[in-house]
Amino acid sequence: MRAQDADRLFYYLCGGLALGLILLVIGIGLTLLWGSLPSIKAFGFKFLWGKVWDPVNEEFGALPFIVGTLITSFLALIITFPFAISSGIFLAEYAPPRIAGPLSALIELLAGIPSVIYGLWALFYLVPVVRWFEMRLGAPPFGLGLPTASLVLAIMILPYAASITREVLKMVPQELKEAAYGLGATRWEVIRGVCLPYASSGIVAGLVLSLGRALGETMAVTMVIGNRSEMPTSFWDLANTMASVIANEFTEASKDIHLAALIEVGLLLFVITLLVNILARMVIIRLKVK
Amino acid sequence: MAARTVTDPKELAIFEVRDLWAYYNEKPAIRKVSLKIPEKKITAIMGPSGCGKTTFIRCLNRLHELTPGASIKGEILLRDKNILEMDPVLVRRKIGMVFQRPNPFPTMTIYDNVIAGYKLLGVRLKREEADRIVEEALRKAALWDEVKDSLHKRGTYLSGGQQQRLCIARALAVKPEVLLMDEPTSALDPKSTAKIEELIVELKRSVTIVIVTHNIAQAGRVADYTAFFYLGELVEFGPTSEIFTVPKDPRTEEFLKGKFG
Repeated sequence: MRAQDADRLFYYLCGGLALGLILLVIGIGLTLLWGSLPSIKAFGFKFLWGKVWDPVNEEFGALPFIVGTLITSFLALIITFPFAISSGIFLAEYAPPRIAGPLSALIELLAGIPSVIYGLWALFYLVPVVRWFEMRLGAPPFGLGLPTASLVLAIMILPYAASITREVLKMVPQELKEAAYGLGATRWEVIRGVCLPYASSGIVAGLVLSLGRALGETMAVTMVIGNRSEMPTSFWDLANTMASVIANEFTEASKDIHLAALIEVGLLLFVITLLVNILARMVIIRLKVK
Repeated sequence: MAARTVTDPKELAIFEVRDLWAYYNEKPAIRKVSLKIPEKKITAIMGPSGCGKTTFIRCLNRLHELTPGASIKGEILLRDKNILEMDPVLVRRKIGMVFQRPNPFPTMTIYDNVIAGYKLLGVRLKREEADRIVEEALRKAALWDEVKDSLHKRGTYLSGGQQQRLCIARALAVKPEVLLMDEPTSALDPKSTAKIEELIVELKRSVTIVIVTHNIAQAGRVADYTAFFYLGELVEFGPTSEIFTVPKDPRTEEFLKGKFG
Protein backbone atom coordinates (compact mmCIF):
# COMPACT_ATOMS: atom_id res chain seq x y z
CA MET A 1 0.00 0.00 0.00
CA ARG A 2 1.37 3.38 -0.95
CA ALA A 3 1.59 6.28 1.46
CA GLN A 4 -1.13 8.19 -0.38
CA ASP A 5 -3.51 5.26 -0.12
CA ALA A 6 -2.98 5.09 3.61
CA ASP A 7 -3.69 8.78 3.81
CA ARG A 8 -6.91 8.37 1.83
CA LEU A 9 -7.95 5.43 3.95
CA PHE A 10 -7.40 7.44 7.10
CA TYR A 11 -9.38 10.33 5.62
CA TYR A 12 -12.38 8.12 4.88
CA LEU A 13 -12.10 6.36 8.25
CA CYS A 14 -12.16 9.63 10.22
CA GLY A 15 -14.78 11.19 7.98
CA GLY A 16 -16.96 8.09 8.16
CA LEU A 17 -16.83 7.85 11.92
CA ALA A 18 -17.56 11.57 12.30
CA LEU A 19 -20.50 11.24 9.93
CA GLY A 20 -21.65 8.20 11.90
CA LEU A 21 -21.94 10.38 15.01
CA ILE A 22 -24.17 12.85 13.23
CA LEU A 23 -26.30 10.03 11.82
CA LEU A 24 -26.63 8.63 15.33
CA VAL A 25 -28.06 11.91 16.61
CA ILE A 26 -30.44 12.13 13.66
CA GLY A 27 -31.37 8.51 14.29
CA ILE A 28 -32.24 9.22 17.92
CA GLY A 29 -34.37 12.15 16.85
CA LEU A 30 -36.21 10.05 14.26
CA THR A 31 -36.79 7.19 16.73
CA LEU A 32 -38.30 9.62 19.20
CA LEU A 33 -40.45 11.13 16.46
CA TRP A 34 -41.60 7.69 15.32
CA GLY A 35 -42.39 6.55 18.84
CA SER A 36 -44.38 9.65 19.64
CA LEU A 37 -46.47 9.65 16.43
CA PRO A 38 -49.62 8.19 18.13
CA SER A 39 -49.49 10.94 20.74
CA ILE A 40 -48.81 13.65 18.17
CA LYS A 41 -51.78 12.44 16.10
CA ALA A 42 -54.06 12.31 19.14
CA PHE A 43 -53.20 15.64 20.76
CA GLY A 44 -51.45 17.75 18.11
CA PHE A 45 -50.04 21.03 19.36
CA LYS A 46 -52.36 20.93 22.35
CA PHE A 47 -49.77 18.60 23.85
CA LEU A 48 -47.48 21.62 24.29
CA TRP A 49 -49.84 23.78 26.29
CA GLY A 50 -52.14 21.16 27.79
CA LYS A 51 -52.04 21.50 31.56
CA VAL A 52 -53.55 18.14 32.42
CA TRP A 53 -51.56 14.92 32.52
CA ASP A 54 -54.00 12.15 33.32
CA PRO A 55 -52.96 8.64 32.25
CA VAL A 56 -56.17 7.12 33.62
CA ASN A 57 -58.42 9.20 31.37
CA GLU A 58 -55.84 9.25 28.59
CA GLU A 59 -55.47 12.99 28.55
CA PHE A 60 -51.92 14.20 28.09
CA GLY A 61 -50.55 17.75 28.17
CA ALA A 62 -46.87 18.36 28.80
CA LEU A 63 -46.93 21.97 29.97
CA PRO A 64 -46.44 21.19 33.70
CA PHE A 65 -43.22 19.32 32.87
CA ILE A 66 -41.95 21.95 30.45
CA VAL A 67 -42.56 24.58 33.12
CA GLY A 68 -40.97 22.41 35.82
CA THR A 69 -37.88 21.82 33.71
CA LEU A 70 -37.45 25.46 32.74
CA ILE A 71 -38.01 26.81 36.26
CA THR A 72 -35.62 24.40 37.97
CA SER A 73 -32.93 24.75 35.28
CA PHE A 74 -32.94 28.52 35.09
CA LEU A 75 -33.17 28.88 38.86
CA ALA A 76 -30.21 26.52 39.16
CA LEU A 77 -28.30 28.63 36.66
CA ILE A 78 -29.08 31.85 38.54
CA ILE A 79 -28.07 30.30 41.86
CA THR A 80 -24.88 28.83 40.42
CA PHE A 81 -23.84 31.96 38.49
CA PRO A 82 -22.24 34.02 41.31
CA PHE A 83 -20.46 30.99 42.74
CA ALA A 84 -19.18 29.85 39.36
CA ILE A 85 -17.92 33.29 38.35
CA SER A 86 -16.27 34.03 41.65
CA SER A 87 -14.61 30.66 42.03
CA GLY A 88 -13.48 30.82 38.39
CA ILE A 89 -11.96 34.26 38.96
CA PHE A 90 -10.36 33.18 42.20
CA LEU A 91 -8.78 30.08 40.67
CA ALA A 92 -7.59 31.82 37.52
CA GLU A 93 -6.40 35.14 38.94
CA TYR A 94 -5.97 35.16 42.69
CA ALA A 95 -5.07 31.72 44.01
CA PRO A 96 -1.35 30.92 44.07
CA PRO A 97 -0.54 27.90 41.85
CA ARG A 98 0.03 25.67 44.89
CA ILE A 99 -3.59 26.15 45.93
CA ALA A 100 -5.20 26.64 42.53
CA GLY A 101 -4.14 23.22 41.22
CA PRO A 102 -5.60 21.02 43.95
CA LEU A 103 -8.64 23.25 44.34
CA SER A 104 -9.49 23.06 40.63
CA ALA A 105 -9.10 19.29 40.76
CA LEU A 106 -11.46 19.15 43.73
CA ILE A 107 -14.09 21.21 41.97
CA GLU A 108 -13.82 19.03 38.89
CA LEU A 109 -14.18 16.01 41.13
CA LEU A 110 -17.65 17.27 42.05
CA ALA A 111 -18.63 16.66 38.43
CA GLY A 112 -17.70 13.01 38.75
CA ILE A 113 -20.03 12.23 41.65
CA PRO A 114 -22.91 10.06 40.42
CA SER A 115 -26.21 11.84 40.16
CA VAL A 116 -27.98 9.39 42.46
CA ILE A 117 -25.59 10.32 45.28
CA TYR A 118 -26.50 13.99 44.90
CA GLY A 119 -30.12 12.88 45.05
CA LEU A 120 -29.60 10.88 48.23
CA TRP A 121 -27.66 13.67 49.88
CA ALA A 122 -30.35 16.17 48.93
CA LEU A 123 -33.05 13.88 50.30
CA PHE A 124 -31.34 13.55 53.66
CA TYR A 125 -29.80 17.00 54.12
CA LEU A 126 -31.25 19.50 51.70
CA VAL A 127 -34.89 18.51 52.23
CA PRO A 128 -34.85 19.19 56.01
CA VAL A 129 -33.09 22.52 55.44
CA VAL A 130 -35.63 23.60 52.83
CA ARG A 131 -38.45 22.43 55.08
CA TRP A 132 -37.07 24.50 57.94
CA PHE A 133 -37.10 27.58 55.73
CA GLU A 134 -40.57 26.78 54.45
CA MET A 135 -41.89 26.57 58.01
CA ARG A 136 -40.33 29.93 58.88
CA LEU A 137 -41.77 31.50 55.77
CA GLY A 138 -45.21 30.02 56.21
CA ALA A 139 -45.06 27.95 53.03
CA PRO A 140 -46.32 24.35 52.87
CA PRO A 141 -43.47 22.38 54.49
CA PHE A 142 -42.93 19.75 51.81
CA GLY A 143 -39.18 19.99 51.85
CA LEU A 144 -39.35 18.52 48.39
CA GLY A 145 -40.29 20.38 45.22
CA LEU A 146 -39.07 23.16 42.97
CA PRO A 147 -36.68 24.93 45.43
CA THR A 148 -34.95 21.73 46.49
CA ALA A 149 -34.61 20.49 42.91
CA SER A 150 -33.20 23.85 41.82
CA LEU A 151 -30.68 23.84 44.67
CA VAL A 152 -29.41 20.35 43.97
CA LEU A 153 -29.18 21.18 40.26
CA ALA A 154 -27.25 24.34 41.07
CA ILE A 155 -24.72 22.31 43.03
CA MET A 156 -24.47 19.72 40.27
CA ILE A 157 -23.77 22.20 37.46
CA LEU A 158 -21.40 24.38 39.50
CA PRO A 159 -18.26 22.38 38.62
CA TYR A 160 -18.93 22.76 34.89
CA ALA A 161 -19.64 26.46 35.05
CA ALA A 162 -16.72 27.13 37.41
CA SER A 163 -14.08 25.19 35.53
CA ILE A 164 -15.08 26.64 32.17
CA THR A 165 -14.95 30.16 33.65
CA ARG A 166 -11.49 29.39 35.00
CA GLU A 167 -10.33 27.98 31.67
CA VAL A 168 -11.50 30.92 29.58
CA LEU A 169 -10.07 33.44 32.05
CA LYS A 170 -6.73 31.70 31.84
CA MET A 171 -6.82 32.15 28.07
CA VAL A 172 -6.82 35.96 28.34
CA PRO A 173 -3.45 36.96 26.81
CA GLN A 174 -0.85 38.04 29.37
CA GLU A 175 0.05 41.05 27.19
CA LEU A 176 -3.46 42.49 27.54
CA LYS A 177 -3.34 42.13 31.29
CA GLU A 178 0.10 43.75 31.37
CA ALA A 179 -1.18 46.62 29.24
CA ALA A 180 -3.85 47.25 31.86
CA TYR A 181 -1.45 46.87 34.80
CA GLY A 182 0.89 49.24 32.98
CA LEU A 183 -1.85 51.88 33.06
CA GLY A 184 -2.01 51.61 36.83
CA ALA A 185 -5.02 49.32 37.12
CA THR A 186 -5.40 47.19 40.24
CA ARG A 187 -5.94 43.47 39.94
CA TRP A 188 -9.70 43.81 40.29
CA GLU A 189 -9.73 46.61 37.69
CA VAL A 190 -7.77 44.41 35.28
CA ILE A 191 -10.21 41.54 35.82
CA ARG A 192 -13.28 43.74 35.43
CA GLY A 193 -12.04 45.90 32.57
CA VAL A 194 -10.01 43.45 30.51
CA CYS A 195 -10.34 39.80 31.51
CA LEU A 196 -14.11 39.52 31.95
CA PRO A 197 -15.00 41.36 28.71
CA TYR A 198 -12.45 39.28 26.82
CA ALA A 199 -13.71 36.02 28.30
CA SER A 200 -17.42 36.88 28.22
CA SER A 201 -18.30 34.72 25.23
CA GLY A 202 -16.54 31.74 26.75
CA ILE A 203 -18.25 32.27 30.08
CA VAL A 204 -21.65 32.46 28.38
CA ALA A 205 -20.81 29.26 26.55
CA GLY A 206 -19.92 27.59 29.83
CA LEU A 207 -23.14 28.70 31.47
CA VAL A 208 -25.23 27.44 28.57
CA LEU A 209 -23.42 24.14 28.62
CA SER A 210 -24.30 23.93 32.30
CA LEU A 211 -27.88 24.85 31.47
CA GLY A 212 -27.94 21.98 28.98
CA ARG A 213 -26.88 19.62 31.74
CA ALA A 214 -29.49 20.98 34.11
CA LEU A 215 -32.28 20.56 31.53
CA GLY A 216 -31.57 16.89 31.07
CA GLU A 217 -30.54 15.94 34.61
CA THR A 218 -32.83 13.13 35.72
CA MET A 219 -31.96 11.06 38.76
CA ALA A 220 -31.24 13.62 41.45
CA VAL A 221 -34.15 15.79 40.37
CA THR A 222 -36.57 12.89 40.29
CA MET A 223 -35.63 12.08 43.89
CA VAL A 224 -36.40 15.51 45.30
CA ILE A 225 -38.91 17.26 43.06
CA GLY A 226 -41.97 15.53 44.49
CA ASN A 227 -43.25 14.05 41.21
CA ARG A 228 -46.57 15.79 41.05
CA SER A 229 -47.87 16.01 37.51
CA GLU A 230 -49.85 19.18 37.99
CA MET A 231 -49.11 22.70 36.99
CA PRO A 232 -47.01 24.29 39.78
CA THR A 233 -48.83 27.29 41.21
CA SER A 234 -46.19 28.58 43.59
CA PHE A 235 -42.45 28.57 44.03
CA TRP A 236 -42.75 26.05 46.88
CA ASP A 237 -44.85 23.55 44.93
CA LEU A 238 -44.13 19.94 44.20
CA ALA A 239 -43.62 19.44 40.49
CA ASN A 240 -42.16 17.24 37.80
CA THR A 241 -39.65 17.83 35.06
CA MET A 242 -39.63 16.34 31.58
CA ALA A 243 -36.79 14.03 32.50
CA SER A 244 -38.26 12.98 35.84
CA VAL A 245 -41.72 12.16 34.47
CA ILE A 246 -40.17 9.90 31.86
CA ALA A 247 -38.02 8.17 34.47
CA ASN A 248 -40.96 7.75 36.80
CA GLU A 249 -43.67 6.57 34.47
CA PHE A 250 -41.91 4.76 31.66
CA THR A 251 -41.82 1.37 33.36
CA GLU A 252 -45.44 1.66 34.47
CA ALA A 253 -46.94 2.90 31.24
CA SER A 254 -49.27 0.07 30.21
CA LYS A 255 -51.25 1.90 27.54
CA ASP A 256 -49.73 2.62 24.16
CA ILE A 257 -50.90 6.20 24.16
CA HIS A 258 -49.29 6.81 27.58
CA LEU A 259 -46.03 5.43 26.27
CA ALA A 260 -46.25 7.55 23.14
CA ALA A 261 -46.95 10.65 25.22
CA LEU A 262 -43.87 9.97 27.35
CA ILE A 263 -41.77 9.52 24.23
CA GLU A 264 -43.13 12.81 22.94
CA VAL A 265 -41.98 14.45 26.20
CA GLY A 266 -38.56 12.98 25.41
CA LEU A 267 -38.72 14.42 21.90
CA LEU A 268 -39.56 17.82 23.36
CA LEU A 269 -36.63 17.65 25.76
CA PHE A 270 -34.39 16.66 22.85
CA VAL A 271 -35.55 19.64 20.79
CA ILE A 272 -35.33 22.13 23.68
CA THR A 273 -31.79 21.05 24.54
CA LEU A 274 -30.83 21.34 20.87
CA LEU A 275 -32.37 24.82 20.62
CA VAL A 276 -30.60 25.98 23.79
CA ASN A 277 -27.29 24.86 22.34
CA ILE A 278 -27.93 26.53 18.99
CA LEU A 279 -28.93 29.73 20.77
CA ALA A 280 -25.74 29.57 22.83
CA ARG A 281 -23.63 29.22 19.73
CA MET A 282 -25.31 32.25 18.20
CA VAL A 283 -24.62 34.26 21.36
CA ILE A 284 -21.00 33.16 21.31
CA ILE A 285 -20.54 34.14 17.67
CA ARG A 286 -22.06 37.56 18.32
CA LEU A 287 -19.98 38.24 21.42
CA LYS A 288 -16.79 36.86 19.98
CA VAL A 289 -13.80 39.17 20.10
CA LYS A 290 -12.78 40.30 16.59
CA MET B 1 21.36 68.38 43.46
CA ALA B 2 24.57 66.53 42.87
CA ALA B 3 22.80 63.21 43.27
CA ARG B 4 20.50 63.95 40.36
CA THR B 5 23.06 64.79 37.74
CA VAL B 6 23.79 62.50 34.84
CA THR B 7 27.02 61.93 32.97
CA ASP B 8 26.52 65.30 31.43
CA PRO B 9 26.24 67.60 34.45
CA LYS B 10 23.89 69.98 32.64
CA GLU B 11 21.07 67.39 32.49
CA LEU B 12 18.73 66.64 35.36
CA ALA B 13 18.03 63.01 36.15
CA ILE B 14 14.41 61.91 36.57
CA PHE B 15 15.32 58.36 37.53
CA GLU B 16 18.21 57.30 39.64
CA VAL B 17 18.78 53.57 39.84
CA ARG B 18 21.08 52.41 42.64
CA ASP B 19 22.52 48.91 42.95
CA LEU B 20 19.54 47.25 41.31
CA TRP B 21 19.27 43.48 41.35
CA ALA B 22 16.36 41.68 39.71
CA TYR B 23 15.69 37.96 40.00
CA TYR B 24 13.59 35.22 38.48
CA ASN B 25 13.28 32.44 41.06
CA GLU B 26 16.47 33.61 42.86
CA LYS B 27 18.37 33.66 39.56
CA PRO B 28 19.69 37.17 38.94
CA ALA B 29 18.75 38.74 35.60
CA ILE B 30 19.98 42.23 36.54
CA ARG B 31 23.22 42.47 38.49
CA LYS B 32 23.96 45.58 40.53
CA VAL B 33 22.98 48.16 37.95
CA SER B 34 23.34 51.84 38.82
CA LEU B 35 22.22 54.43 36.32
CA LYS B 36 20.77 57.93 36.08
CA ILE B 37 18.20 58.59 33.41
CA PRO B 38 17.96 62.22 32.24
CA GLU B 39 14.65 64.04 32.07
CA LYS B 40 12.96 64.83 28.73
CA LYS B 41 15.59 62.89 26.84
CA ILE B 42 15.54 59.59 25.05
CA THR B 43 17.60 56.90 26.69
CA ALA B 44 18.14 53.67 24.79
CA ILE B 45 18.79 50.39 26.58
CA MET B 46 20.75 48.29 24.13
CA GLY B 47 22.26 44.83 24.23
CA PRO B 48 22.05 41.28 22.88
CA SER B 49 19.08 38.98 23.56
CA GLY B 50 18.87 37.84 27.15
CA CYS B 51 21.03 40.64 28.52
CA GLY B 52 18.29 41.81 30.86
CA LYS B 53 17.25 44.97 29.06
CA THR B 54 13.54 44.17 29.10
CA THR B 55 13.75 43.04 32.72
CA PHE B 56 15.44 46.35 33.51
CA ILE B 57 12.69 48.59 32.17
CA ARG B 58 10.03 46.31 33.64
CA CYS B 59 11.60 47.14 37.00
CA LEU B 60 11.14 50.86 36.35
CA ASN B 61 7.33 50.55 36.46
CA ARG B 62 7.33 47.51 38.73
CA LEU B 63 5.81 45.24 36.11
CA HIS B 64 8.67 42.83 36.74
CA GLU B 65 7.20 41.64 40.00
CA LEU B 66 3.97 40.49 38.30
CA THR B 67 5.92 37.51 36.97
CA PRO B 68 5.57 34.61 39.41
CA GLY B 69 8.84 34.09 41.28
CA ALA B 70 10.28 37.48 40.36
CA SER B 71 11.83 39.87 42.87
CA ILE B 72 13.76 43.16 43.00
CA LYS B 73 16.47 44.49 45.33
CA GLY B 74 18.04 47.93 45.38
CA GLU B 75 16.70 51.45 44.91
CA ILE B 76 14.94 53.16 42.05
CA LEU B 77 14.45 56.85 42.77
CA LEU B 78 11.87 58.73 40.74
CA ARG B 79 12.52 62.39 41.56
CA ASP B 80 14.26 61.31 44.77
CA LYS B 81 11.41 59.01 45.88
CA ASN B 82 12.07 55.28 45.96
CA ILE B 83 9.39 53.67 43.80
CA LEU B 84 10.14 50.26 45.31
CA GLU B 85 8.60 51.58 48.52
CA MET B 86 5.56 53.05 46.80
CA ASP B 87 2.28 51.36 45.85
CA PRO B 88 3.05 49.75 42.48
CA VAL B 89 -0.35 50.82 41.15
CA LEU B 90 0.51 54.49 41.79
CA VAL B 91 3.96 54.04 40.24
CA ARG B 92 2.43 52.68 37.05
CA ARG B 93 0.08 55.64 36.75
CA LYS B 94 3.11 57.93 36.49
CA ILE B 95 5.12 55.70 34.19
CA GLY B 96 3.54 54.58 30.94
CA MET B 97 4.58 51.57 28.93
CA VAL B 98 4.49 50.50 25.31
CA PHE B 99 5.07 46.82 24.66
CA GLN B 100 6.91 44.74 22.10
CA ARG B 101 3.78 43.68 20.30
CA PRO B 102 0.90 46.11 19.84
CA ASN B 103 -1.70 45.18 22.44
CA PRO B 104 -4.79 47.37 22.13
CA PHE B 105 -7.73 46.03 24.12
CA PRO B 106 -9.69 43.98 21.58
CA THR B 107 -13.01 44.47 23.35
CA MET B 108 -12.76 48.27 23.16
CA THR B 109 -13.16 50.86 20.41
CA ILE B 110 -10.28 53.11 19.35
CA TYR B 111 -11.80 55.89 21.44
CA ASP B 112 -12.14 53.70 24.52
CA ASN B 113 -8.65 52.32 24.08
CA VAL B 114 -7.20 55.83 24.29
CA ILE B 115 -9.03 56.62 27.52
CA ALA B 116 -8.61 53.07 28.87
CA GLY B 117 -6.33 54.44 31.59
CA TYR B 118 -9.30 56.39 32.95
CA LYS B 119 -12.00 53.83 32.20
CA LEU B 120 -10.23 50.92 33.85
CA LEU B 121 -9.62 52.97 36.95
CA GLY B 122 -13.26 54.00 37.06
CA VAL B 123 -12.50 57.71 36.57
CA ARG B 124 -15.57 59.45 35.19
CA LEU B 125 -14.77 61.97 32.48
CA LYS B 126 -17.15 64.56 31.10
CA ARG B 127 -17.94 64.01 27.46
CA GLU B 128 -16.04 67.08 26.22
CA GLU B 129 -13.11 66.34 28.48
CA ALA B 130 -12.87 62.77 27.20
CA ASP B 131 -13.12 64.01 23.61
CA ARG B 132 -10.32 66.48 24.25
CA ILE B 133 -8.05 63.88 25.89
CA VAL B 134 -8.64 61.42 23.05
CA GLU B 135 -7.91 63.98 20.33
CA GLU B 136 -4.84 65.31 22.11
CA ALA B 137 -3.37 61.86 22.73
CA LEU B 138 -4.06 60.68 19.19
CA ARG B 139 -2.52 63.85 17.76
CA LYS B 140 0.57 63.37 19.91
CA ALA B 141 0.79 59.79 18.68
CA ALA B 142 0.44 61.01 15.05
CA LEU B 143 -2.63 58.86 14.56
CA TRP B 144 -5.46 61.41 14.69
CA ASP B 145 -5.72 62.07 10.96
CA GLU B 146 -5.89 58.37 10.16
CA VAL B 147 -8.55 57.40 12.69
CA LYS B 148 -10.62 60.53 13.40
CA ASP B 149 -13.51 59.17 11.30
CA SER B 150 -13.46 55.70 12.80
CA LEU B 151 -13.03 56.40 16.50
CA HIS B 152 -15.84 54.06 17.39
CA LYS B 153 -14.51 51.08 15.52
CA ARG B 154 -12.55 48.37 17.26
CA GLY B 155 -8.86 49.10 17.68
CA THR B 156 -7.94 45.70 16.34
CA TYR B 157 -9.06 46.69 12.81
CA LEU B 158 -6.02 48.95 12.48
CA SER B 159 -2.73 47.90 10.91
CA GLY B 160 0.14 46.80 13.17
CA GLY B 161 1.88 50.17 13.03
CA GLN B 162 -1.36 52.03 13.70
CA GLN B 163 -2.13 49.71 16.59
CA GLN B 164 1.24 50.48 18.11
CA ARG B 165 0.63 54.21 17.78
CA LEU B 166 -2.77 53.63 19.39
CA CYS B 167 -0.96 52.00 22.30
CA ILE B 168 1.35 55.00 22.49
CA ALA B 169 -1.70 57.28 22.55
CA ARG B 170 -3.21 55.12 25.30
CA ALA B 171 -0.05 55.49 27.37
CA LEU B 172 0.18 59.26 26.73
CA ALA B 173 -3.48 59.91 27.55
CA VAL B 174 -2.86 59.52 31.28
CA LYS B 175 -0.03 62.08 31.07
CA PRO B 176 2.85 59.97 32.39
CA GLU B 177 6.15 61.48 33.44
CA VAL B 178 8.08 58.70 31.78
CA LEU B 179 7.26 56.50 28.79
CA LEU B 180 8.90 53.08 28.75
CA MET B 181 9.10 51.38 25.38
CA ASP B 182 10.02 47.72 25.13
CA GLU B 183 11.28 47.14 21.57
CA PRO B 184 8.24 48.99 20.24
CA THR B 185 9.07 48.41 16.57
CA SER B 186 10.30 44.83 16.61
CA ALA B 187 6.96 43.52 15.32
CA LEU B 188 6.56 46.22 12.64
CA ASP B 189 7.57 46.70 9.02
CA PRO B 190 10.28 49.28 8.10
CA LYS B 191 7.79 51.98 7.10
CA SER B 192 5.84 51.78 10.34
CA THR B 193 9.12 51.62 12.22
CA ALA B 194 10.32 54.86 10.64
CA LYS B 195 7.05 56.55 11.54
CA ILE B 196 7.28 55.45 15.16
CA GLU B 197 10.91 56.52 15.45
CA GLU B 198 9.96 59.94 14.11
CA LEU B 199 7.21 60.07 16.70
CA ILE B 200 9.52 59.09 19.54
CA VAL B 201 11.89 61.96 18.75
CA GLU B 202 8.90 64.31 18.60
CA LEU B 203 7.63 63.10 21.99
CA LYS B 204 10.73 63.86 24.01
CA ARG B 205 9.69 67.47 24.22
CA SER B 206 6.91 66.47 26.59
CA VAL B 207 7.98 63.19 28.19
CA THR B 208 11.08 61.28 29.23
CA ILE B 209 11.53 58.16 27.12
CA VAL B 210 13.36 54.95 27.92
CA ILE B 211 13.46 52.64 24.94
CA VAL B 212 14.71 49.08 24.82
CA THR B 213 16.14 48.02 21.50
CA HIS B 214 18.40 45.33 20.17
CA ASN B 215 18.68 47.34 16.99
CA ILE B 216 21.91 49.35 17.10
CA ALA B 217 20.89 51.61 14.25
CA GLN B 218 17.67 52.49 16.02
CA ALA B 219 19.50 53.51 19.19
CA GLY B 220 21.80 55.62 17.01
CA ARG B 221 18.88 57.29 15.26
CA VAL B 222 16.71 58.22 18.21
CA ALA B 223 18.59 58.13 21.50
CA ASP B 224 20.35 60.98 23.30
CA TYR B 225 21.85 58.54 25.78
CA THR B 226 22.59 54.88 25.40
CA ALA B 227 23.15 52.19 27.99
CA PHE B 228 24.77 48.94 26.92
CA PHE B 229 23.74 45.86 28.90
CA TYR B 230 25.47 42.52 28.75
CA LEU B 231 24.59 39.40 30.78
CA GLY B 232 22.57 41.43 33.26
CA GLU B 233 25.26 44.01 33.88
CA LEU B 234 25.44 47.61 32.78
CA VAL B 235 28.64 47.69 30.76
CA GLU B 236 28.60 51.27 29.63
CA PHE B 237 26.37 54.33 29.75
CA GLY B 238 26.78 57.75 28.19
CA PRO B 239 25.72 60.12 25.43
CA THR B 240 24.89 58.06 22.33
CA SER B 241 27.48 59.85 20.21
CA GLU B 242 30.23 58.89 22.65
CA ILE B 243 29.12 55.29 23.07
CA PHE B 244 28.97 54.86 19.32
CA THR B 245 32.23 56.58 18.41
CA VAL B 246 34.55 56.00 21.36
CA PRO B 247 33.25 53.05 23.40
CA LYS B 248 35.29 52.55 26.52
CA ASP B 249 34.60 48.86 26.96
CA PRO B 250 35.77 46.25 24.43
CA ARG B 251 32.43 44.39 24.77
CA THR B 252 30.52 47.48 23.65
CA GLU B 253 32.81 47.81 20.69
CA GLU B 254 32.35 44.19 19.72
CA PHE B 255 28.58 44.48 19.98
CA LEU B 256 28.57 47.59 17.81
CA LYS B 257 30.66 45.79 15.22
CA GLY B 258 28.07 43.06 15.19
CA LYS B 259 30.24 40.30 16.66
CA PHE B 260 27.45 39.08 18.91
CA GLY B 261 23.79 39.85 19.34
